[in-house]
Amino acid sequence: MSEIAENVLDEEDTQKDKFLTFSLGTEVYGIEIKFVTEIIGMQSVTEIPDLPEYVQGIINLRGKIIPVIDVRLRFKKVYREYNDRTCIVVVDIKNVTLGLIVDAVEEVLIIAAQEIVLPPQFDNGSYHQRFIKGIGKVGKDVKLILDSDRLLNDNEVSSLEKIC
Amino acid sequence: MANNDSKAPMLDLFVFETNQLLEQLERLILDSEKSGGLEVVINEVFRIMHTLKGSAAMMMFNDISSVAHSLEDVFFYIRETKPQSVDYSELTDLVLNAVDFIKGEVAKVENGADATGDSYVVCEKSREFLSSLKEGHPKLTDTTNFDIDDSTIHSLTDVSDTSKGEGEIRYEARIFFDEDCGMENIRAFTLIHELSELAENIVHSPMDILENDATSEVIKNEGFQITFSTQKSLEIVQEFFCNTMFLKEFNLNVVADDSVKKAQQKKVIVLDDPIPDEPVNAAGKEMEQQTEGAQSFISVNVSKMDILMDLVGELVIAEAMVTQNPELQGLRLDKFYKSARQLRKITSELQDTVMSIRMVPLSATFHKMNRIVRDMVRKLDKEAQLEIIGEQTEVDKNIIESISDPLMHLIRNAVDHGIEPAQERITQGKPKVGKIRLEAKSAGGDVLITIQDDGGGLNKEKILKKAWERGLIEKEETSLSDNQIYSFILQPGFSTNDTVTEFSGRGVGMDVVAKNIEKIGGTISVDSIVGEGTTMSIRIPLTLAIIDGMNIKVGNSIYTIPIIAIKESFRLKEQNLIKDTNNNEMIMIRGECHPVLRLYERFQVKTEVKDLREGIMVMVEADGKGICLFADSLIGQQQVVVKALPSYIKKTKGIAGCTLLGDGGVSLILDVAALNS
Repeated sequence: MSEIAENVLDEEDTQKDKFLTFSLGTEVYGIEIKFVTEIIGMQSVTEIPDLPEYVQGIINLRGKIIPVIDVRLRFKKVYREYNDRTCIVVVDIKNVTLGLIVDAVEEVLIIAAQEIVLPPQFDNGSYHQRFIKGIGKVGKDVKLILDSDRLLNDNEVSSLEKIC
Repeated sequence: MANNDSKAPMLDLFVFETNQLLEQLERLILDSEKSGGLEVVINEVFRIMHTLKGSAAMMMFNDISSVAHSLEDVFFYIRETKPQSVDYSELTDLVLNAVDFIKGEVAKVENGADATGDSYVVCEKSREFLSSLKEGHPKLTDTTNFDIDDSTIHSLTDVSDTSKGEGEIRYEARIFFDEDCGMENIRAFTLIHELSELAENIVHSPMDILENDATSEVIKNEGFQITFSTQKSLEIVQEFFCNTMFLKEFNLNVVADDSVKKAQQKKVIVLDDPIPDEPVNAAGKEMEQQTEGAQSFISVNVSKMDILMDLVGELVIAEAMVTQNPELQGLRLDKFYKSARQLRKITSELQDTVMSIRMVPLSATFHKMNRIVRDMVRKLDKEAQLEIIGEQTEVDKNIIESISDPLMHLIRNAVDHGIEPAQERITQGKPKVGKIRLEAKSAGGDVLITIQDDGGGLNKEKILKKAWERGLIEKEETSLSDNQIYSFILQPGFSTNDTVTEFSGRGVGMDVVAKNIEKIGGTISVDSIVGEGTTMSIRIPLTLAIIDGMNIKVGNSIYTIPIIAIKESFRLKEQNLIKDTNNNEMIMIRGECHPVLRLYERFQVKTEVKDLREGIMVMVEADGKGICLFADSLIGQQQVVVKALPSYIKKTKGIAGCTLLGDGGVSLILDVAALNS
């Protein structure tokens, strides 16, 4: 019995501490793998009027309509033309399915909890600071760990409601 | 039920069935109140009570069970003694009261809470009613008599009996209970009681099992002898006995109809290990009844239907993807097209069938209104009658759900504000009892529902005055049609206005009603004649899921316009174009002026076609107003499956949803009504 119980625990743990990393320019971001459902190449996106710039529109994912946002624009970075390496990371956060357009997907990394430190608090912090919940140390590199909840539910969404 | 409780499916079924039964009961009892007698429905009512009681007890909702039981007692008494002086209105109150109680409890259960209601008050009322009934008929007692004629109950439960026996079969059984089980007489009584649901003409020996405790001994030693007749097959009867508690063994014989005591079949079954688990037994029996009653219907989870609907939608799109593949263009593929036609025929038939499965008649929704009228009339001390026409009209399941609340609201308004008090009606020379007519009929691809009352009508002056104050009118009053004036009551803000509600009513929450109806793609209009009444007309689509659409192209984007909204499409002739002082463009068509909406401007789409003469005009109409949409070109007509926009995106004005195109792309469906306003 105890063996089985251990196995179950192992099973649950397989996603723990794992992050999918992707790059925007020179920065590398990580998102908890439990939110990621799949990675697809760039698709033709149907634009929807009256939405914030970073919401590119909707795509047809095998019959399911999902919204896609450009993470570059979301973080107020400059727009970059999409190329072969541009990917859509499909995430499912609290039953909301969303496509994240990123420059390129890197790898899946294990970053133990103790290797993640809180981001420094700047008073005049850069804009995307808000979406970072930690900084993961991997060897000499650092990966910025996304606060997926913020990404979805930041107050900008409520301002979106006002527009509509 | 989010949690994976093993009880959940049972609970779901219970909630579903109970709600259905309650609705049915409410309807029956209201009907009987109207007709002033229970004769026709009493057996049905009795059966519902019985099922309610049983399934609630099975699910351990004892309060529901005891309420049902107390009502059952009342109806049992009425059925058996047929008292002359029943106060039907009081009886109806009693039943509705109980129905409300059970509904409340079921709602709690449905939301994952515990059923905490206390049945005492409700039960006490039934008891009071019962005793007051009995006072009228003192000679009868409450002693339950099981030789009653249960034929109606059985004709209901026996429908699907597989034995196909020409008539009833008479059985003879001798049963022995477990030694030391105690209270043999009570157990025998319970057995008879349960058997009475299955069979009739039950004769048993010893007879006086309830009154005489000594029978216990007799049953213990000699067994309990029962003869009864039923249409059930031997298997079912056998199963019934097998499921009885503490039964050691039983002999079951079939007796020939003409009472010749020649046993045709004889079986002795010894139950070594009787099943002591009562709830399970009860469940089994209850289930059996349920499935038998619903032989030609199955209830399907709505979400499964939705998935099926989605899949069929995908299929339709996939079919278009294959048969209209651009790579096929210009090829001579006679055989391919022949097969493609066949495929298209099947998919469209499949689509129609799936759609028709989802269609449900409006009757349940309509009959709910009976209750509302009744309650309102009592509360407001008015007199009104609800007339229901066309209740069999069918609409899609999800439409039913969205139409129920607005209808309720309109009916409530009609009674509250429309119908005058009886005295006032008489002085006006109208019949004392007000009339509200709820009518549904099919009108093309739409369903038209009208709620008509013969009350006081709307006060035009008051509405106009209010509209002025609110700045809703800019034009001269005289230029407004009556219809337009009445439509002001659908505006938000009018609802909170006391002056209007006081005099003409129909303000409260009308904007919510209008919004709800718009949400499902419907429209509402108001018509009224002072002193003669008000008519609210609701036009709703048959279904939300699949529409005929016209695809148009604007730049690189493709939009779909519902075909029903399109009046015509044409190329602009320059002499028809008019510009007003604000440079608003308008087009004169057959003497009427319609505004032009450049879609690329509205949706900020890049396009080469900006000259009105180069593109195409599509005239669409909503709420009786026409508007010309300017697009680059028409692509073609297609049946499209309407999909909602992802919730993340929220609602965008002018976009009703989206759909998949033949090439897998996504097109946005235009919300014509929103573009027009």
